[in-house]
Amino acid sequence: MWADTEPWRLAAARRESADTVTLGLEPPAPFVFDPGQFNMLYAAGIGEVPISISGDPGQRTRILHTIRDVGAVTHALCATPPGTEIGVRGPYGSHWPLHTAEGGDLIIVAGGIGLPPLRPAIYQALRHRDRYQRLVLLYGARTPRDLLFTGELARWRGRFDLTVEVTVDVGDRDWRGNVGVVPDLIGRVTFEPGTATAFMVGPEIMMRFTVRALLERGVPEDRVFLSMERNMQCAAALCGHCQLGPFLLCRDGPVLSYRQLARWISLREI
Amino acid sequence: MPQTLEPLLRGHAFFAGLDPEYLPLIAGCAKNTVFPAGRFAFREGDPADMFLLIRDGMLALEVAAPGRGPITVQTLTVGDVAGFSWLIERHHRWQFDGRVIERIRAVELDGACLRGKCAADPELGYELMRRFAVLATDRLQATRLQLLDVYGHVG
Amino acid sequence: MRYVLDLGGLGQLLAALRQRGFRLIGPVVADGAICYGEITSAADLPAGWTDEQDGGTYRLKRRDDGALFGYNVGPQSPKKYLFPASATLWRSHPPGTADTDDEKPFAFIGVRSCELHAIAVQDRVFLGGQHPDPLYAARRDGAFIVAVNCGQAARTCFCVSMSAGPKADAGFDLALTELTGEGGHRFLAETGTPRGEEVIADTPGAQPASPRDATAADQIIERTAAQMGRAMPAVDLRDLLYGNLEHPRWDDVAARCLTCGNCTMACPTCFCFSVEDVTDLAGRAAERNRSWDSCFTLDHSYIHGGPVRTSARSRYRQWMTHKLATWTGQFGTSGCVGCGRCITWCPAGIDITEEVAAIAADT
Repeated sequence: MWADTEPWRLAAARRESADTVTLGLEPPAPFVFDPGQFNMLYAAGIGEVPISISGDPGQRTRILHTIRDVGAVTHALCATPPGTEIGVRGPYGSHWPLHTAEGGDLIIVAGGIGLPPLRPAIYQALRHRDRYQRLVLLYGARTPRDLLFTGELARWRGRFDLTVEVTVDVGDRDWRGNVGVVPDLIGRVTFEPGTATAFMVGPEIMMRFTVRALLERGVPEDRVFLSMERNMQCAAALCGHCQLGPFLLCRDGPVLSYRQLARWISLREI
Repeated sequence: MPQTLEPLLRGHAFFAGLDPEYLPLIAGCAKNTVFPAGRFAFREGDPADMFLLIRDGMLALEVAAPGRGPITVQTLTVGDVAGFSWLIERHHRWQFDGRVIERIRAVELDGACLRGKCAADPELGYELMRRFAVLATDRLQATRLQLLDVYGHVG
Repeated sequence: MRYVLDLGGLGQLLAALRQRGFRLIGPVVADGAICYGEITSAADLPAGWTDEQDGGTYRLKRRDDGALFGYNVGPQSPKKYLFPASATLWRSHPPGTADTDDEKPFAFIGVRSCELHAIAVQDRVFLGGQHPDPLYAARRDGAFIVAVNCGQAARTCFCVSMSAGPKADAGFDLALTELTGEGGHRFLAETGTPRGEEVIADTPGAQPASPRDATAADQIIERTAAQMGRAMPAVDLRDLLYGNLEHPRWDDVAARCLTCGNCTMACPTCFCFSVEDVTDLAGRAAERNRSWDSCFTLDHSYIHGGPVRTSARSRYRQWMTHKLATWTGQFGTSGCVGCGRCITWCPAGIDITEEVAAIAADT
């Protein structure tokens, strides 16, 4: 299970922002995953990291991983030239409960590098658009330059069946969109809290504030889902690093409901 | 003319739940206003003697720094209120430039006029103060979250 | 079925196991303690040795009855063999190879009830999930276990309060009780599996046990149970700890804890490991290694940017709440078997039962 799979081939790499790259990897055989799941990517001789799958779950021959260059392994992966073979294990972890969201409004909230793990859920919801009432995407980043998937965001904005609100913490000369924090967007969009489901990924602080805004509007605790992050080394629920209270995030997460997390998420150093 | 503004006031999120009796009183201090895109609704340092209930469009609160150009700290849009300096003692000046990103339609309220009415009717004063306290707290919390720079690289 | 065998019979039993191709692992005196090591015969066992233990204290002592299993638990457990402290998971040259255990299966001699429970706990961790660990599986597969019912308890023992001893109740092929008094030095042997029966059948010195021997063995176990030096408070540990994650006692224990991680190394159930990829200087050959990790290290909770658990308080809380409470949520069992190693081997003498009692008393 450690590295006994055939390597994947890096078919294309696309720079999304100054520090973020999307790798299009070709698996040796068609690869099936659920939105929200992750793979372990191996940079030869340097190490392995968990990376969420950021592409369309309908696409099984080229699997996208969007990586932010924050450490030795992610740096090596971001710099990998196309054609290189990369070790991949997966898919691991829980997925976005799209079925739970059916019949009501679906609110997708992303902060920073949190958009890539949500993108497969957006594709899936758009593919089965009739299963949901309102579909809302709220996305925040630090500055306009840090926004990911800007071309796609523009296309999504043009759709009548998807509400897209993008905000940045700090605007610049050319930015004509929202400036402000993600939790403030919750109060600006129209949705039906009683039947709404929210999926959320972002820095933990942003998620805690955003959850509060959602709960204040009346979204039930068990319909708010978060993707959490901890140290992850084996992805097989063996190595013990990804513990968050009673959860092993590689097995029970990364996607958990706020009801499951409520006791733990506001504790320091848990 | 003031009568025509009452429905606009009643329909704005900021006055939701206010005793309708006060609306004519407030409308007496109000006027309809429009700011074209690219203009400034107000400038940093100018006397702040009004506030805007935004009905449409987008306004950026900016601060200019030499060599950096304008930095937007917040944008305001439909349902938002621009300005609470007029209400707060010793703070009757705009803290930021209000640059119009998209043509603004708003109800403009005269600060001196409203302060007079609040002084005469403390209950109205309390109602308005309550609303601005929520607004100021929301802004403060959002500002703190921005200061945390949660998306930035750590270390 | 219960049998009795004398010292010669025990020798025959070990020989029968060797004959069947097992690699014998048993207690030996090493480095001033009773450790687990490879043995070839009963002569390697720590005859006439015992130990004295307390918080932060361990001393070997002589005993005058020549008992082979007259000690309490040592710093090591079968974990040393089933989940070795370091191993290679994968090598690029030759392609795809890993540390496997093609060697003979283990026969563990002298395993205590708490250790049987600890093996059962690690079985759930390493084998019970969706992705069983191939290294653990290879080492665990076919292992033969000769348990020993404890003839005494240390001051650090609390298996009774964890329902994990002192009598071996499951998970063994054979369970011995050592008798040294009236009637001579002998062992009462209970079989736990058909394999155990087969090995006894190959031990000529094994005779059916008399009711008197059986009673004597039962009395020894009862006496040991009554000797427990410590007890875990009889409260719902999960409720207690979940409800006290911000208790001031964590600050108190943090002032004493050195975050050295000894407790996690000595613990027979602690399973955390870190994975490290290494490459040769030419960058051609790579391998992936794993080694025991401890939640007391800063690296354990490292995510990009820094560790999540920086304070000693949070790391002790992580260890203890995991062991006693969140483990249940993760693996459906407690992570503590009451062996007392974390108390003995803590250089500051921190006592998990005392910490729980302090929180329980102030809740």
